[in-house]
Amino acid sequence: MGDFDWSVIQRSWGYLFREGMTFTLTLTAMAAIGGTILGTLLAMMRLSSHKWLSLPATGYVNLMRSIPLLLVIFWFYFLVPYIGAWLTGSSTPVKVGAFASSFITFTLFEAAYYSEIMRAGIQSIPRGQIWAGYALGLDYWQTMKTIVLPQAFRNMLPILLTQTIILFQDTSLVYVLSITDFLGAASKVAQRDGRLVEMYVFAAVVYFVISFGLSLLVKRLQRKIAIIR
Amino acid sequence: MNYNWNWGIFWATSTDGVHTWFGLLLSGLAWTLFVSFCAAVIALVIGSIIGIIRTTPNKWLVGLGNAYVELFRNIPLLVQLFLWYFVLPEVVPKGLGDAIKAMSLPWASFVPAVIGLGLFTSARVAEQVRAGIQALPRGQRMAGTALGLTLPQVYRYVLLPMAYRIILPPLTSETMNLIKNSSVALTIGLIELTAAARAMQEFTFQVFEAFTAATIIYIVVNLIVVNVMRIVEKRTAVPGFIGPAVGGGGH
Repeated sequence: MGDFDWSVIQRSWGYLFREGMTFTLTLTAMAAIGGTILGTLLAMMRLSSHKWLSLPATGYVNLMRSIPLLLVIFWFYFLVPYIGAWLTGSSTPVKVGAFASSFITFTLFEAAYYSEIMRAGIQSIPRGQIWAGYALGLDYWQTMKTIVLPQAFRNMLPILLTQTIILFQDTSLVYVLSITDFLGAASKVAQRDGRLVEMYVFAAVVYFVISFGLSLLVKRLQRKIAIIR
Repeated sequence: MNYNWNWGIFWATSTDGVHTWFGLLLSGLAWTLFVSFCAAVIALVIGSIIGIIRTTPNKWLVGLGNAYVELFRNIPLLVQLFLWYFVLPEVVPKGLGDAIKAMSLPWASFVPAVIGLGLFTSARVAEQVRAGIQALPRGQRMAGTALGLTLPQVYRYVLLPMAYRIILPPLTSETMNLIKNSSVALTIGLIELTAAARAMQEFTFQVFEAFTAATIIYIVVNLIVVNVMRIVEKRTAVPGFIGPAVGGGGH
């Protein structure tokens, strides 16, 4: 292993973390928040008794879950400019850029997965509580907001966070759009300095430490929540 | 919006001069299925071994199994593929490394893709196998031992036959995940289905036709996998035990 130069990590530290990891974490956080909100709405639509609400939501979730994330990334990279043109009434596709496009893609894609989790969470609340809410004179939104969703969210928190760890790992796929996320930064340094081994091993270690650390925290949280219940 | 739709593009000759674009997509599909199948074999074999040793009474074996699963679950698949593709040939003895680098093109991407996808999926299979074995009542293991079976025999004749039946539904979704994940192999140069659609888009500029076709093909493959696995579930169901898949009639 003598010809490896690990100092390349130290030299590119600022670029890797201040630029790359910042983007990775921002994308993860924004997609997690946006995905959870949109996913919760999708779950509520799916559980609705109105067919015109439940069918499109079911179709959307099943479609997103049956195609690879990479294909979705490519889809939206080309589709979003056309949607932008349609929304703004412009005659030419709107330039959105790889950054905005990846935020939109991950939010819309992860929403399908978060929605399945939230659906299970909502269904885990006994029906009687919803009827009790109606009996108290609350309307649908009030019942959801004050009774069902807070409990569903708390019950599902460990699973939502586990999904977020998966999302954190999945953001590495923006590599195909040549975005400088953490892996993108590592890859650019690797190509520039011809240090593929060092940079990719280091990237693997960093992803492992963060994902494994977070998964230990989730396990701890799970035990805590189990006691409260 | 001024996008020029041209669905006839699929029958135009592709850049290789022989196949149509539709033919290119089909060859991509063949690679997707081939790489997924080979990876599935690796994942099932290694995943079963790791899953089983995590349920043995030996605490060292359990620790080893847990470490394996955590290692492969906490590194992104893309990074794992890069490790197999870029890093492995550099860290093995020089002769072997040179032999790896000398592989011709589809195989130079195919082999690391199969290894990477196979091991990545094996950690997830191991998790399912462990859960399946632990879902069985403890009495079954004890009964097996009480009958005088050795530990391997208890697994072979008592625990595993039921455990595999229990985990068939999660294994179905793992199979579909594997097929979807195989698209990541395009980053190390394998022209599988997503890469074929991307190539078609790059050369013809018919973005939406190419991606629509790939999307439909993935959905059809998904439906086929789900239905084949449902048949397997029905065929292997033990009457009176785990029967939701059989559905409908009661006893």
